[in-house]
Parts: sequence; structure tokens; C-alpha cells
Amino acid sequence: MTAADIEPLTYPFNEAIGLGISETYEQAQVTDGLIRVRMAYGEPAWLVTRYADARLVLGDRRFSRAEAVHRDAPRQGELRQDAGILSMDPPDHTRLRTLVAKAFTVHQVEKLRPAVKELAERLLDELEAAGPPADLVEDYALPIPVAVICRLLGVPTEDRPQFRVWSDAALSTSSLTAEESEANREKLRAYMGQLIAHHRVEPQDDLMTALIEARDVGDRLSELELVDLCVGLLVAGHETTATQIPNFVYTLLEHPGELARLRADLSLIPTAVEELMRFVPLGSGAGFPRYATEDIEVGGTLVRAGEPVLVAVGAANRDALRFSEPGRLDIARQGNQHLGFGHGVHHCLGAPLARLELQEALRALITRFPGLRLAGDIEWKTQMLVRGPRSMPVGW
Amino acid sequence: MTWHIEIDKHQCMASGMCAGIAPELFALDDDHARPLSPDVPPDERALDAADSCPAMAITVTDGEQVVGPRP
Repeated sequence: MTAADIEPLTYPFNEAIGLGISETYEQAQVTDGLIRVRMAYGEPAWLVTRYADARLVLGDRRFSRAEAVHRDAPRQGELRQDAGILSMDPPDHTRLRTLVAKAFTVHQVEKLRPAVKELAERLLDELEAAGPPADLVEDYALPIPVAVICRLLGVPTEDRPQFRVWSDAALSTSSLTAEESEANREKLRAYMGQLIAHHRVEPQDDLMTALIEARDVGDRLSELELVDLCVGLLVAGHETTATQIPNFVYTLLEHPGELARLRADLSLIPTAVEELMRFVPLGSGAGFPRYATEDIEVGGTLVRAGEPVLVAVGAANRDALRFSEPGRLDIARQGNQHLGFGHGVHHCLGAPLARLELQEALRALITRFPGLRLAGDIEWKTQMLVRGPRSMPVGW
Repeated sequence: MTWHIEIDKHQCMASGMCAGIAPELFALDDDHARPLSPDVPPDERALDAADSCPAMAITVTDGEQVVGPRP
């Protein structure tokens, strides 16, 4: 069967609200071959839902991200994405990635743990002083990763209200027209350009200064690459973690047995975070399609050169062929090689930092508030690449 | 001259980074990566992989001297 023979299904499958996962994925996983999907914009694509297939497509160089820039790539928003480093293949990708990789290794990031712990405790002090209810997103989940990435990169934390609006828009899907998305991107670039100019005059002990040196002294990247890399680090560096903190808390509140188990044994925090990364399908659907550069068989389907493939990571993380009882949340799960941070050359640069922030945010919160509970209706983000609460009132 | 590539299996988290950057030098098994050949002629891509590994699990040596990850 070839691509042209199959009527594509409308994608994404998941509801924008809540953290559920569509049953269509489970059906796809037990069906031979890949399925065809069509998103709001762009050409139809193959959809990968199984774990082994996902690792193949994300990890194999014969699948290209860069090719998507030249194609009518499947996407949720009107504007064609050029996602900077996420739209590059090696060796271009390697050139930029190696410039920033060192700042985010396990070893380097571990040095930040005491400061993250202290920040979490300080925010909880403020919550307690103000009294319940509090907005877990605005008052706790956002300030932690924002403070960390701002310090690392060299962005003033007090600019948060300003860049928050642009950052939100950068990750929004269908709510903006191409012109609006474009205008927003230019605002973020202009803002970062100013900060870079400032750093050039007054170098600091931060990543932005190191990247400026790599450009001005080493000539290892262009000015636009420098700006977009900093923008990418700022946006990716806080939005996902800030979204996953309330997502994890919400999921644990929905699984009171597992939450009690975690409270009784805090040494389970690291495996709990891995399990929550696996269990929570963050996206409403797959994004960032890969284009086959030659004919390749994937999961029983011959993907032809030039065809796009989408990888549903949330579904692959629930693949019964890889995970026993995939639909069960088990905070002590062993051998949990989930794809929550992606896989291959685009494996999340900030994964070690995100892990650390999620661990410490969760640990501090559930320790401080044994009676933590929802204290009102969650307002969910809609039309965003990542799903999660926009505000989440909690009491204790 | 030959470089020696070693992967610490306890550190490795199977991100797939090295096999993606330099499939000529690394392969990914189920749980961790391995060098296709532990001894290779000097190759910049081995250093790129060592630099990019999120787990810092790759060490490249030239005789006694560590050449990757680069400082």
C-alpha cells in the first residue's frame, strides 16, 4: 500500500484540554504498518505510534529535520516553522549543539541543585505567608525555571512579563495568523538582539557571553543563529518545565495512592519524575516532522524518500510492547527508557536541567504541603504545542 | 596514531545523540550506546559526540591523554 491509497485521518487526536491520550493511538499500535494523518496545514504524513519505530525515526540520520524547512510540512499553525536548531541536521546542527551542550550536561547542571532547592523553598514560604489558595502555575511552576534559565543565559528575570507573552505566542499553534506569528518572532529577536548588544559591551559570566565569544572570536555561528539560539534557549528553557510541574502535580493528585507512596519514600523522587515524563502526554499531538531521505521501512510500511513522518512520543511512551502495564502510573518503574525528552540528535538539550528542576519542585511542594489539593477549576491552555494548566488554584 | 573511545554504560542514558551525530562511529543498542570500534583513526566527529553527550558518558583518549570531551 502506498501513501496515495490511504485517506488520512485528521490530526492531532488528543483533546486540547486535560492530559488524556486518544484511544486511536492504541488501535494504531496494534495495526500493521503506519497510519496516514493530515494536520490543519501542510501535506499529509505517516504517523509513528510504536516505541521501536519512534526510536528508529528519531535516531536515524536518514530522517531529516532540515528538509522540512523547504517543504509544505505538516503543522498546526499557518506559519511555516523554521525552528532554529530543531530544524537542522548534522553537521550544521552539531556545530551549534556543541556550543551549548557543555552548559547542560548532568555534571554541570548538578551544581545548580542547591540554588533550585533554595528557590523552591523561598517560593513556598511566600505562598504560606500569603495563605491559600495560590495559583500553582504563576506563583510556583513558572518562577522556578524562569529564574534558572534567565541566570544561566543572562536575561533579566524582571523582564518575565514581557517575554512571557512572546514566548507563549511562539509556542501557540492555530491561534495566530502567519503575520501575527511572524511579528511575534521578530519582537523576540529584537528583544534578544538588544540583550546581546548589551552583553557585547559588558561581558558577563553567562551563556550568552560565551556564545557571543564563539561568534565574534571563533566565527562558529552567524549573528542570526546567535540570536535564534538565545531565543530558543529562553523559550524552551522555561515553558516546558513550567508546564510539566503542574501537570505532574495534577497527575499525582489524580493518583492519590502513588502520591502517598512518594510522600512515604522521597527516595523515589527521581524514578517518579521519569515515570511522570513517560506517563504524561505533553503534546496535543506530534510535531516537528522528519523527512525520509531514502526509502526506509518503518513498522511494516515502506516510507518513500521525500515523505514526512510524525512521531507520537506520548503514544510510544504507552507502547505495551516496551512498557508493562503502560497505562498504569508506577512511580518506582524500573528500566524506564521513555522518549519524553525525545531521542537522537535533537534529544532535549535541557533534559538534565529539567529533571533537576522537576525533582526539586516536586519534592519541596509535596513535603511542605501534606494536604495539597485542588482549590478550584483548572484553566487549561488551548492551542499550544504543549498541554497543561494556564492556571491551577491549589490549597493545603 | 589511534584514538580510543570508551562509553561508561552506567552513565549512558541511551539518548541516541552519539549514534545520530556519528553513525560511522557509534551504535545504539536497547539500553546503551557502544562504539562500533573502540580504536579509531583521529576523527573530529568522535569529539563532537563526546561534547554533545548529555550524560557525559563518552571519553576519547589519545594514548594517555584525554582529547574528548574537549574542555
